[in-house]
Amino acid sequence: MTALLEVTDLRVLLHTGRQPVRAVDGLSLAIHPGETFALLGESGSGKSITALSIMRLLPDAGEIVHGSVRLNGDELLTLPESAMRKVRGNRIGMIFQEPMLSLNPVMTTGAQIGEVLLQHSGLRGAALQIRILELMRQVGIPDPARRMAEYPFQFSGGMKQRVMIAMALAGKPELLIADEPTTALDVTIQAQVLDLMRGLQQQENMAVLLITHDLGVVAEMAHRVAVMYAGQIIETADRERFFQSPAHPYSHKLFAALPTRKKRDQGLIVIPGNVPALSKVFTGCRFADRCDRAWEKCHQIIPPWVETAPQHHVRCHLYSDDSTERSPQSRLQSLSRTARSALDDLPLSSHTSDSTQSKPLLRVDDLKIHFPVHKGLFKRVAGHVKAVDGVSLQIDGGRTLALVGESGCGKTTVGKGIMQLIPVTSGSVRLQDKELRDLDRKQLLQKRSAFQIIFQDPYSSLNPRMRIVEIIEEGIRALGRNSDKIAASEKNQHDVDTLLMQVGLPAEAKWRYPHEFSGGQRQRIAIARALAVDPQLLICDEPTSALDVSVQAQILNLLKTLQQEHKLAYLLITHNIAVVDYLADEVAVMYLGRIVESGRTEEVLDNPKHPYTQALLSAVPTYEPGSQREIIRLQGEPPSPANVPPGCHFHPRCPHVMPICREVYPAVSRFSASHTTYCHLYHSVSQEPQDLQ
Amino acid sequence: MSFDPVILWTDALIYLLLAAGIAFGIYARRHVYVLASWRKVTHSASGMSALTILLCFILIGLLDTVHFRPVLEQSVRSSDGKQLYSAEVLSLLDLLAAPLRLQTEKTYSAPLSAHLYAKETITTPDGNQIRDFARLVHGGAHLQYPEMELVEDILWRSASGAGAGLLIWIGLVAGLGGVKARQYRISFVRMQTAIWRGATEIPWRAILMTLAIILAACGAIVALAMHYHVLGTDKVGQDVLYLSLKSIRTGLIIGTMTTLIMLPFALLLGIAAGYFRGWIDDVIQYIYTTLSSIPSVLLIAAAVLMMQVYIETHADMLDTAAARADLRLLFLCIILGITSWTGLCRLLRGETLKLREMEYIQAAHAFGVSHWRILSRHILPNVVHIVLITTVMDFSSLVLAEAVLSYVGVGVDPSTISFGTMINASRLEMAREPMVWWTLFAAFTFMFALVLSANLFSDAVQNAFDPRNRTLAGDPNRLLNNQTEEQAMAETTGTLPSDKNTSRT
Repeated sequence: MTALLEVTDLRVLLHTGRQPVRAVDGLSLAIHPGETFALLGESGSGKSITALSIMRLLPDAGEIVHGSVRLNGDELLTLPESAMRKVRGNRIGMIFQEPMLSLNPVMTTGAQIGEVLLQHSGLRGAALQIRILELMRQVGIPDPARRMAEYPFQFSGGMKQRVMIAMALAGKPELLIADEPTTALDVTIQAQVLDLMRGLQQQENMAVLLITHDLGVVAEMAHRVAVMYAGQIIETADRERFFQSPAHPYSHKLFAALPTRKKRDQGLIVIPGNVPALSKVFTGCRFADRCDRAWEKCHQIIPPWVETAPQHHVRCHLYSDDSTERSPQSRLQSLSRTARSALDDLPLSSHTSDSTQSKPLLRVDDLKIHFPVHKGLFKRVAGHVKAVDGVSLQIDGGRTLALVGESGCGKTTVGKGIMQLIPVTSGSVRLQDKELRDLDRKQLLQKRSAFQIIFQDPYSSLNPRMRIVEIIEEGIRALGRNSDKIAASEKNQHDVDTLLMQVGLPAEAKWRYPHEFSGGQRQRIAIARALAVDPQLLICDEPTSALDVSVQAQILNLLKTLQQEHKLAYLLITHNIAVVDYLADEVAVMYLGRIVESGRTEEVLDNPKHPYTQALLSAVPTYEPGSQREIIRLQGEPPSPANVPPGCHFHPRCPHVMPICREVYPAVSRFSASHTTYCHLYHSVSQEPQDLQ
Repeated sequence: MSFDPVILWTDALIYLLLAAGIAFGIYARRHVYVLASWRKVTHSASGMSALTILLCFILIGLLDTVHFRPVLEQSVRSSDGKQLYSAEVLSLLDLLAAPLRLQTEKTYSAPLSAHLYAKETITTPDGNQIRDFARLVHGGAHLQYPEMELVEDILWRSASGAGAGLLIWIGLVAGLGGVKARQYRISFVRMQTAIWRGATEIPWRAILMTLAIILAACGAIVALAMHYHVLGTDKVGQDVLYLSLKSIRTGLIIGTMTTLIMLPFALLLGIAAGYFRGWIDDVIQYIYTTLSSIPSVLLIAAAVLMMQVYIETHADMLDTAAARADLRLLFLCIILGITSWTGLCRLLRGETLKLREMEYIQAAHAFGVSHWRILSRHILPNVVHIVLITTVMDFSSLVLAEAVLSYVGVGVDPSTISFGTMINASRLEMAREPMVWWTLFAAFTFMFALVLSANLFSDAVQNAFDPRNRTLAGDPNRLLNNQTEEQAMAETTGTLPSDKNTSRT
């Protein structure tokens, strides 16, 4: 079978700093018609640059210095720009990561799809409209005749991504490049979009180049997998083979770094160090510095491209034939052994569940946060967005409560409400039995050191114009922990050093600016800043969702160690079920401003009761080979919190909807001392559930 | 005493500014990390070249700031034997450029010409009357037959002047090389090769090249100015070069003082509106929408006229004409400042609205950091780039605004020499046939050099102070992000000047 797309020895330079950066260095791949080829790698590994090079859409600083890109035998790199424009959108379609940014906000969606068609199909007038309708129907946009006249802002994220897919499909491309197509979407929406892409691919017999960092998505979608590291492909294999027996140490580590419940009582495997700077010339294996299986040869000789099995190639000395020392097999075994011994080095005997503490550290009762909607000239209040509508939860000292939900469900607002960063409409927030809502600004200031927050995006949570020392000292100074000024400044310096050491950064780091650090290091700094005031409760708002898998593992390990050392309690706000499974003691699932189910982690994740929890859990893509899960596909998207449906909030999307659901909000049903849910399927008292099916 | 020092209002403010600058310099020397950023400014070749030119302008401006009244001749004494001082206030620049100031002609003459620009009736020694271009009193007066000797004389003089300038320059290069060589303890020759290969950390090569051009040009101009009007003369025969030199101070004052007066309003109100939201935002928004919906020329005209009336009714307060003109200049700056903060204020409000939602601001709230500290430590440093760009862009538009106001008759005092008055005067001359182009040309060249060097320098400052500009090599994603950010920045700045101009004219 001949390949549809054949890339050979592609080399791309980025001319930005003093030295050119070898963003892609000798990359070769082949994609066959009808095949999904996944390019897997962490940020900065050159995945996106590869995609842009194939489309010849590199930024001005980028230069393709070597290689060839052949689409059905036609060399793309030597085509004149005018001919290349006929290829883009026509023979190769592309979907970008951020649907909010890739659609023009002042053009109707129909017109944007039509633009592609005008360019490539020659359809005009009524025929064009019919084709647009057809495309929109094909990507599952309901009521396309009306929707095509609407603007992107009237579409939700998932719907926008569908429009993007429709645009990419408009030219009936032979190859679809999808650059992190679902990274910006929620799990349930992601499941819908992945489903759609799979269906379309089978229908049209398209080849798909899927670029992602998510092993779960790869497992769901890909036929073949290529792992990229530092500008090179280091391993390619069939999906089955890759997930059963990954060969390269880096691939191993990627799997080991994923948090799961089985690893709860251990630290996660982390990959030490960072991706090397691509501006230097490599003399050996690019991964050698971070690889625990590396020996001298790895540093001296660039590893060859070895075939370990049919269709399974790897770039590693462990598998090369002239390896005299040990056979690859024994090496692999020792590899997994060392992996285990590395685990033993991190003895994390977490949560021996000391339920001696009777009083909860934080107790939130019936918290409501409504944002008024202003209208008209005099800004009359025309309605309320009920972002948080009666949330109750409690956290004991040293425990972790995870607040899970999709974007827009109000989980971040709960966090900010507890922090008193936004005004609370009603309800009570009691910290150590002290009502925070009654305190004025000054009294609150004294309480502030007891609870702190870590934000999602480490790039925007540190002031770029302040040095690390100033960032960390700010909290200490603002909360006036040291009253004596001169002694304070010296003590502060010492405190800052210790804090940095605690989060695993050198003390010299304090003299530098945030931009000099990587994402993971910045998150460590943010954690150090929060720890500086010695809090008892940390609210972690998606602490790892902006980070790569290997870095996520580092941060999760850090959070776990800190919890043990300082008896910290965490309120973990996240949408990542794997992180919940790894870190949390208790879980609360939120939907549209209310908690729909809560309980201990095992209870909720193993035996979800609420249909929403069930759907949410089933939509999470997993890579574990044995797992035969039944995927519950949710229809539609969460409604806006400004316009909440009557009765049970979930009823428009619920597969088990009953007439009563449309009218009455369900009362609490109790399954155990801790496990509760709000659903009409169960009796409101603690009894056996009715029939689930 | 042979002179009586005079400190005008604007002089005092300039001295204050100078003192603040020096104080900041001392502060920076003590704080290593502040110094580090300024050090980075010195690494930009274009920035340092621009600074060299800017310093020349500032030097001229400062020379023109030291005012005094010369003593009248000994014969004139008051009844009690006290020395009497001239009513005319002079500056050091006037003293240095005395030949330029005093050698006035009858009317227009072209640059480097020996004749007037207009024909007039001349009585020849033999009693006949002819109509011809009369010889100038000063310009080229030493030539017997200007028609034949002029070009050769000019070439010779400019060449020797430029040569002298270059000699001084060579001296400077040698001196600098010697000092630097001693500082680094290397041989003189090695230091020179390092400089000329561009291997030094501070781009001495670029600075010295700029200096060479400046010194050669100055040398030539000085040599020529002794005997010619290098840039011609204006309607009343004043040397245009002298007018241009005097205009520099006025331009600098209008540019800096107005900015200084405008900045507190724009910064405080803009940031406060964006940060506090609510009714504070409403009030500030209403103020600046109201202000910017009144035609600013009208507002300025009203204020200037009121001020004029005040000065006239309190004539005894101000003893010299110079003091009166100066006060009017100061008031013009204040009025311009008060009316021109709205644009920057609007920009800052928008940026602050964006910044206040940033997570580091939220984190500061979580620590209970005071509002004032959040404003000064978190928000202000992150809007500085906007302030810098806007003020530099404003600099040129302010000088232009001054010209427009002078045209309406509410600008600087007619006795104050400024680019505005020069442009205004040359406006009518452009319509003459043959055209009198040199006044406009001189004003244009000087303003262009001033504004361009200010622009380039502020660019260098901004780059050095933005920690994000030191891009991390090896992370292509971040590099791409930076690019788009910069493009977006370029767009916001690109829209600024046009926006400003339309609102003013």
